[in-house]
Amino acid sequence: MTQRKPLSRFAADTALMTYVALLMAFLYVPIWVLIAFSFSSSRSLTWPIPGFTLDWYRKLFANTDLQAAVVNSFYVATFATILALIVGVAAAMALHRLNFPGKTLFRRLILLPITLPGIVTGISMLNMFRLFGFNPSLETVILGHATALLGVVVTQVFARLQRLPRSLEEASSDLGAPPWKTFLLVTLPNIRSAVIGAGLLSFVLSFDEIPVTFFLTGRDNTLPMYIYSTMRRGVTPEINAVGTLIVLASLVLIILSVLLSRDRSPR
Amino acid sequence: MSGPRSLSTVLILGIPILWVVVFMLLPYGIIVTYSFWVKAYPTFKPAFQFGNYLTLVTDPQYVQVLLRTLKISALVSVLSLLLAYPFAWWLVFRCHNQSLKTWAYMAVIAPLWVSYLLRAYIWKTILGTEGILNSFLMSTGIISEPSSLFLYNQFAMVVTLTYIFIPFMVMPIYTALERIPANLSEASSDLGMAPWQTFLKVTLPLSTPGIAAGFTLTFCLSFGDFIAPFLVGGPDGNLIASVIQSQFGSALNWPLGSALSIVMLVIVLAIVSLSDRIEARANTGAH
Repeated sequence: MTQRKPLSRFAADTALMTYVALLMAFLYVPIWVLIAFSFSSSRSLTWPIPGFTLDWYRKLFANTDLQAAVVNSFYVATFATILALIVGVAAAMALHRLNFPGKTLFRRLILLPITLPGIVTGISMLNMFRLFGFNPSLETVILGHATALLGVVVTQVFARLQRLPRSLEEASSDLGAPPWKTFLLVTLPNIRSAVIGAGLLSFVLSFDEIPVTFFLTGRDNTLPMYIYSTMRRGVTPEINAVGTLIVLASLVLIILSVLLSRDRSPR
Repeated sequence: MSGPRSLSTVLILGIPILWVVVFMLLPYGIIVTYSFWVKAYPTFKPAFQFGNYLTLVTDPQYVQVLLRTLKISALVSVLSLLLAYPFAWWLVFRCHNQSLKTWAYMAVIAPLWVSYLLRAYIWKTILGTEGILNSFLMSTGIISEPSSLFLYNQFAMVVTLTYIFIPFMVMPIYTALERIPANLSEASSDLGMAPWQTFLKVTLPLSTPGIAAGFTLTFCLSFGDFIAPFLVGGPDGNLIASVIQSQFGSALNWPLGSALSIVMLVIVLAIVSLSDRIEARANTGAH
């Protein structure tokens, strides 16, 4: 079958491969541009780059506002991830195991923030916190991020639960294990890689989040909010230097997530 | 049911329901309420009137922004689809090298892990008058003066948003294509159908759930974006989200901002349920 039209097939494959290469260029050339300019000795971002310098990185390491923002981002992303995992795993278990009235509505609501622009989550929560007298702070940001990230955790964990043979949990409870023991010793180890994957993704998304943070943060800035406010003052290679470090960190996390979310058990 | 079992049921159901009620339904309820209130110096006061919604559909300023946002989101979705589909199709049907397949897929998804803000910012530096694109075009002699045509307009927003959201289009289409049994297209070609006929009559219809899911994600996310308008949008590049942002900031009209947020929420809900329906129909039609 495949030998019927070797020439046209070859032409089509070449065209496709060229297309794939172009798409990759579209995706990655900009990132290289970002990195290249972080070493530019000129203040303005013009091509060709006049000379090489590490000044922008030196400036970064002397910038205490930026360091405070990084610490804040770690704080927010860590707790938002923990909350999203606790609530999200529970919700995925409920969706997988239980039948209850309003289940469809519940599923839709909990998955809504995946498609719902963050600005709606941010504004509606801001209004609620104001109404009940809570001032915007990093803690309100944490609650906002956890809400926005729930859907991510639920989809990933739920997909894994569905591939899990139900007989495993049944066997455990038939043998007299209480539900919490079954959960800790049977269910959790089996969904471990999905939970870790969802956790890492939530962490990255929270670390990177702007729309929800914009409305819910008080005087403290997270890293993206700090960069956002710097951008108001114009573009500088200093932003490119932060950006390059963020790209590096993302790369490390991607590799980590690939390694950690692999199932250790033979399939 | 025994005691501990019902306790665990209460936990796994109770915690998420409580969360959804407190952090989603209650806040949505509050902005619905505010959207009927009226602006009153220095903040706003309770009322029940549809003035805010009326303003949104009659004041040309808001109608224009709404239409522009719909247009930009539609363009971004269509462009992402056109770019993502051939790639996903190649990955599933033409890429026979397993490790190349894994790498190529990862390479398209990986940018999602890199800061969204930065990915928008890069395009500001590429498309600007002093940016790479202008320097490149000038060095090749295509243009002699740096052009300001590339940045601060709707074209720049479409390019930037497409760049940002394209992984969301690739993922569901890839999943949908992956699910199509190989023997279906073989059967189709054995029956004498040309490859393009097989594509139009077998592959494309079976991948509609993926297209619908990708379209929903890219459309809704572009629809609510305020980073691209801020960085590359320019003077007439306001999108709904930037207007909402200013209503809660400098314009200080929370009731109007709330009404706009509700409009956004309703549009997103409508698109999600439409796409759910398309996916459901495609799934039942497949049998």
